[in-house]
Amino acid sequence: MSWAWENRALLGHYLVQHLYLALLPVLFGVIVAIPVGVMCVRYRWTWPPVLSLTSIFYAMPSLALYLVLIDYTGLTDWTVIIPLTLFSLSVLIPGVVGGLRSVPPPVRQAADAMGFGSLRRVIQVELPLAVPVIIAGLRVATVSSISLVSVGQLIGIGGLGYFFIDGEQRDFPTEIYTAFILIIVLALLADSILVLLRRWLTPWEAGRTVRPGSRILTATSRGSSAGGAP
Amino acid sequence: MSYFQIAWQWLTSAQQWHGSDGIPVRLVQHLQYTGIALGIALVIALPAGLAMGHLRRGGFVVVTVANFGRALPTLGLLVLIFVLTSGSPASWLVPLVVLAIPPILVNTYEGVLGVDPDLTDAARGMGMTEWQVLRKVEIPVATPLILLGLRISAIQVVATATIAAYIGLGGLGRYIIDGLARDEYNVVAGGAAVIVLLALAIQALFTLLRWLIVPVGLRRQTQTS
Repeated sequence: MSWAWENRALLGHYLVQHLYLALLPVLFGVIVAIPVGVMCVRYRWTWPPVLSLTSIFYAMPSLALYLVLIDYTGLTDWTVIIPLTLFSLSVLIPGVVGGLRSVPPPVRQAADAMGFGSLRRVIQVELPLAVPVIIAGLRVATVSSISLVSVGQLIGIGGLGYFFIDGEQRDFPTEIYTAFILIIVLALLADSILVLLRRWLTPWEAGRTVRPGSRILTATSRGSSAGGAP
Repeated sequence: MSYFQIAWQWLTSAQQWHGSDGIPVRLVQHLQYTGIALGIALVIALPAGLAMGHLRRGGFVVVTVANFGRALPTLGLLVLIFVLTSGSPASWLVPLVVLAIPPILVNTYEGVLGVDPDLTDAARGMGMTEWQVLRKVEIPVATPLILLGLRISAIQVVATATIAAYIGLGGLGRYIIDGLARDEYNVVAGGAAVIVLLALAIQALFTLLRWLIVPVGLRRQTQTS
């Protein structure tokens, strides 16, 4: 622990970089995934090609993608941010589609009957009801993104991954497990924040018990341990 | 020259296809590591997932394993075990197996748990033993999800084995790690291309497997999942 305390400034610096590299891709992912997901539900024929594309992104080893991108982006943060954005899309888009499809048809019909236009129906009725499933995907994307960033250290951009390589080179385990634990704590913390966000956004779900194997849990585990190969 | 030209040039030069560090040898090594790690993970995770799913118990354990599996930083796990075992040659195996277990476990569990209770009740009503219910009803119905878990694990392990070249493992990752160390971008570019192709081949293989293994009656339902 004394090592961590003495090096708190350095840890802090890489911690901030880590969060920036991990969360920006998730933010970009959400911005892209919602309209794309809405499109895939509205125009059904767009879903199969989008699904194939996301499963290809999903299979890409991040290290290989970083290396391909170096040629275009140089060694900048974008080299890591772009592949991580693709990974988060590969989890978030199926999440949004699954969420929108989980809205019961009678709800949609009721909205139509009340005179909602289709855009307003999507924004005010379907998306809010899809929130639990969307957030399940968001949790997977966020946690994976936080743990994946460190791989970027192999090309020199990896947030807390810095301590993995440095610790290996100096044969100094303390450094490695400090960063290791820190990354896991960050991931679990981000996960809990998203759970709170879901509760806040969907007060009507409170008290409703989620049966294991029900839609929400399945949606989590579908992409489970997912969010991109390391 | 663009990335694709560099990679293409490296891939098509004859010297890449011979000798102890040629692509065929490296590819076979890579597949061996992947196979070993997946095999061990399967032996551990599949029975566990089936048992917990069938008994409808241990949901909390499964969710915890899934969350931790996702949160574990791969590179950190690799170097940590490498340093703690003072560089033992087998130190790559533990992280690979640890990372391969959660997807298989979670999806097997979810697959069995998600089987419609009407089906299992009917099976019991027909006089099947618990073992027969598992083998003849739950496993076939859960096959799409079990295969999905296996695919996620395979992809994960292939990618992690690449990174394990950093701690001295052979396989395709060597091109990347050695290329980076020697500042030879063409080797790095070519190596990355081979790994991407391997990942795509695995995706394709599992698509094929699913088509071959999943019972016909289940295919339509699961296409949307």
